[in-house]
Amino acid sequence: MLLTAIIFLPTLGAVALFLLDRRDEGRLRQVALAVAVTTFLVSCLLWIIFDRVKPGMQFVEQRAWIPVSGISYHLGVDGISLLLVLLTTFLTPLCLLSAWSQITARVKEFLISMLLLETGMVGVFCALDLFLFFVFWEAMLVPMYFIIGVWGGPRRVYAAVKFILYTMAGSALMLLAILALYYFQGQKTGVYTFDYPTIVAMGLEPGRQGWLFLAFALAFAIKVPMFPFHTWLPDAHVEAPTAGSVILAGVLLKMGTYGFLRFCLPLFPDASVAFAPLIFVLAIIGILYGAWVSTVQPDMKKLVAYSSVSHLGFVMLGLFAFNAQGIEGGILQMVNHGLSTGALFLLVGMIYERRHSRLIADFGGIWAVAPVFSAIFLLVTLSSIGLPGLNGFVGEFLILVGAFQVSRPFAALATAGIIFAAVYMLWMYQRVVFGEVRHEEVRRLTDLSLREVVTLVPILILVVWIGVYPKPFTAVTETAVAELITVVKAKTGLAVGFSRP
Amino acid sequence: MPIAIPTLDWTVIAPVLIVTGTSFACLLLDITPSRAGKGHLAGVGVLGLAGALGVSMILWGGPPASFQQMVALDDFALFFNAVFCVTTGLVLLLSVGYIRRQGIEAGEYYILVLFAAVGMMLMASATDLLIVFLGLELMSLSLYVLAGFFRTRAAGNESAMKYFLLGAFASSFFLYGIALLYGATGTTNLGRVGAALAAPGAARDPLNLAGLALLLVGFGFKTSSVPFHQWAPDVYEGAPTAVAALIATGSKAAAFAALLRVLVAMRALQADWLFLLWLLAVLTMTVGNVVALVQGNLKRMLAYSSVAHVGYMLVGIVAGLAPGGPAVLYYLVVYSFATVGAFGVILLLERDGRMEEAVDLAAYGGLGARHPILALVLTVFMLSLIGLPPTAGFVGKFYLFSAAMRSGFVWLAVIAVLNSVVAAYYYLRLIVFMYMRDPEGPEVTAALTPAAGLALAVAVWATLQLGLWPGPAFALAQRAIAPLLP
Repeated sequence: MLLTAIIFLPTLGAVALFLLDRRDEGRLRQVALAVAVTTFLVSCLLWIIFDRVKPGMQFVEQRAWIPVSGISYHLGVDGISLLLVLLTTFLTPLCLLSAWSQITARVKEFLISMLLLETGMVGVFCALDLFLFFVFWEAMLVPMYFIIGVWGGPRRVYAAVKFILYTMAGSALMLLAILALYYFQGQKTGVYTFDYPTIVAMGLEPGRQGWLFLAFALAFAIKVPMFPFHTWLPDAHVEAPTAGSVILAGVLLKMGTYGFLRFCLPLFPDASVAFAPLIFVLAIIGILYGAWVSTVQPDMKKLVAYSSVSHLGFVMLGLFAFNAQGIEGGILQMVNHGLSTGALFLLVGMIYERRHSRLIADFGGIWAVAPVFSAIFLLVTLSSIGLPGLNGFVGEFLILVGAFQVSRPFAALATAGIIFAAVYMLWMYQRVVFGEVRHEEVRRLTDLSLREVVTLVPILILVVWIGVYPKPFTAVTETAVAELITVVKAKTGLAVGFSRP
Repeated sequence: MPIAIPTLDWTVIAPVLIVTGTSFACLLLDITPSRAGKGHLAGVGVLGLAGALGVSMILWGGPPASFQQMVALDDFALFFNAVFCVTTGLVLLLSVGYIRRQGIEAGEYYILVLFAAVGMMLMASATDLLIVFLGLELMSLSLYVLAGFFRTRAAGNESAMKYFLLGAFASSFFLYGIALLYGATGTTNLGRVGAALAAPGAARDPLNLAGLALLLVGFGFKTSSVPFHQWAPDVYEGAPTAVAALIATGSKAAAFAALLRVLVAMRALQADWLFLLWLLAVLTMTVGNVVALVQGNLKRMLAYSSVAHVGYMLVGIVAGLAPGGPAVLYYLVVYSFATVGAFGVILLLERDGRMEEAVDLAAYGGLGARHPILALVLTVFMLSLIGLPPTAGFVGKFYLFSAAMRSGFVWLAVIAVLNSVVAAYYYLRLIVFMYMRDPEGPEVTAALTPAAGLALAVAVWATLQLGLWPGPAFALAQRAIAPLLP
């Protein structure tokens, strides 16, 4: 029952908000925040009760839903999805806090959209039935579309429509692949079902895996986003309101990488191995291209958006190394990126609220005016770069170790990407925070309020905690990752590494 | 000489008789002058339809029976009876306030709607080609008149004339097809036609193929498949919006019901009509969606969107009767609720205080702020038409594509799925206008009546219910297809 509670508590909150008076904005915000915090606390129970040693799915719930079509309401988490569920429930209250003063029009609809979005996101991470997964995957698009399109920036409609059509196009083919799996499963065993564990156990012949892998991979590659399917990201991130950007970067992008781990690898192991070189190349392009484009951005938010492309290139590199370090590093980096990029968007949003500009050229010398902001900004910047001692380093290091075992040239290129990350982040930080105050408006900027500090501090705690003592977080994923690698290796006969250029 | 009166099984046509009786009752009531307008006729109509629905539900599951071999009472016919009763009932509820506001209130309106319902029910139950034609004509003639109800508007007259002329042509093609088949097989009874066609050599007989082709032309017109769809946008635009709702849902469902029965009879010629339908499906989906992208008038946009949905349903038919049939039936239900609902919201809105209907996209600017409940309702219908979970439209499309994949029509499924994504754009555009744009032009007001509110509530509830718990309804659709399976 725990997973159902976590998934649908936000929905109940949305219903409650629907019934409240739209004019009492203060109460609406309090109720929404209370619901989000409660959901997070309930998900902490997951963390506490989760058995780190036992393989397989835990907190499993299965109930018949549409038996005539072989669809059941099947939920479960393992080490891979647990961290992502927690990331989602952790970031949502922070987003709602950040939207306290930023969203002033149609507050009720905004809060309802955010809560429904949370339902969809947690549902995606917990679903163990392919149909249920697809339902949550698609259903999550609608609130995100509204959040970008109604409360976003000047080009919000273009960004929202681009976002939803791009993602739908990807998922369209994934739906057909899901149906194909359903029929293969039925023809092979006589039992027609969409149940994920059953289909994984069935095992698909290598010859049939290619197209299905590509169909799934397209949907996930758009979500990650991998080059060249990333063009929706800058528009969506920049035009979305701060809360929208944080949840988009923090959680929605992870749904793509999670999809690769949960579906592409176990269901299509041979195809995954066969396509791994391609994924590697696209990941490296993403890392380097994302970094280079970030460097020349005049708009801070767009810079952070492109940096997401770069960071998630690292994650993809780690995932497709097919070894423990790579995948564990990838999962950890998913969480890290959610935290540090989320924090970056929060900070950019806070400064935008004050100056109504995101252009780097309009700032400079904030250090003198807003020291708390600058200090937090520095910490988050260093985390994003991957400074040892902070969370980014642990994830990136594990990924590089994993990639190095598979292909030294690719690992070397990826390491170069770290240097480029330092370039764009530090350069941005220097131009925005250090130096002389160049503009009068900057002199009048106020430092962070208590609410804003409270929004950021939890992230900072985690940033330092994961950086200094990551064991609790990696320990959660160990069993699931080992299981996954065993499955992939058994089905494909893969030894450590594969032949590389 | 003694006249032998054949034994008639009245229960077979009981639902049809009830609706016919209701329409006669309305005819009589219409004579009595009433200062309160003719709204009570709608009430009588809804009661009659509810009675027919009840009788259909009671007769459900019983052994199939036949009325003189011409009209059948099987689960298939009863399923469609239920669909027509509900759809027509919703249209009646929506019409009451609408036609009064537009100044076209007349008793004949309600009577013609009921006649159209009778025609639809006959088409779905017919096991004889002549009864199909009878039902088709009864439904079509009623709808031709209804389409021209805006007597004083040029668009209304154009709508009626186009519908009538093109419809008359299509009906005559249909009749000629029946004649050719009669010439070839010696009977108009669908069962016996099927048996005659199964005879060796019949599949190559040009008379049979010509008859089949002409029948498909007739059905193509009625279902507004491409390239027989040209009437749809103009007719929907000029007709009263409630009538457009009926044409979009009821007449299409009736045409699909008759088409399914006829295709089952033509099973022997499947090799011929399967490819034709495949082509028709692809053309219909693609043309419907692509042209809808550029429509600024909402009624025309919904007309082209209906064309596209017909294309999806044809995919289900191509997939075969056993896998695709229940999916087509389920999708008809889902699509009917969403379309009636969408037209229902449109007919409630008017600009400049009754001066004109709010049918252009710009009129919907800012609707989310001014009429939030109506905008939310319309959004739910748009999401269902796009096919996004958790609405019924998603489940309907899921079943259709599932059937296509099951039967191995992978490319057809890919085309259909990509078409759905393209279609999302123009449905989203309406949502964009409602929530993300400011109002422009004269103010838009909503004239919500209790009847219309009830109709919309039913449509929304059905859209969400069928999306979250489709199992029972889909099981009903499977049982409805069973009588048609060999």
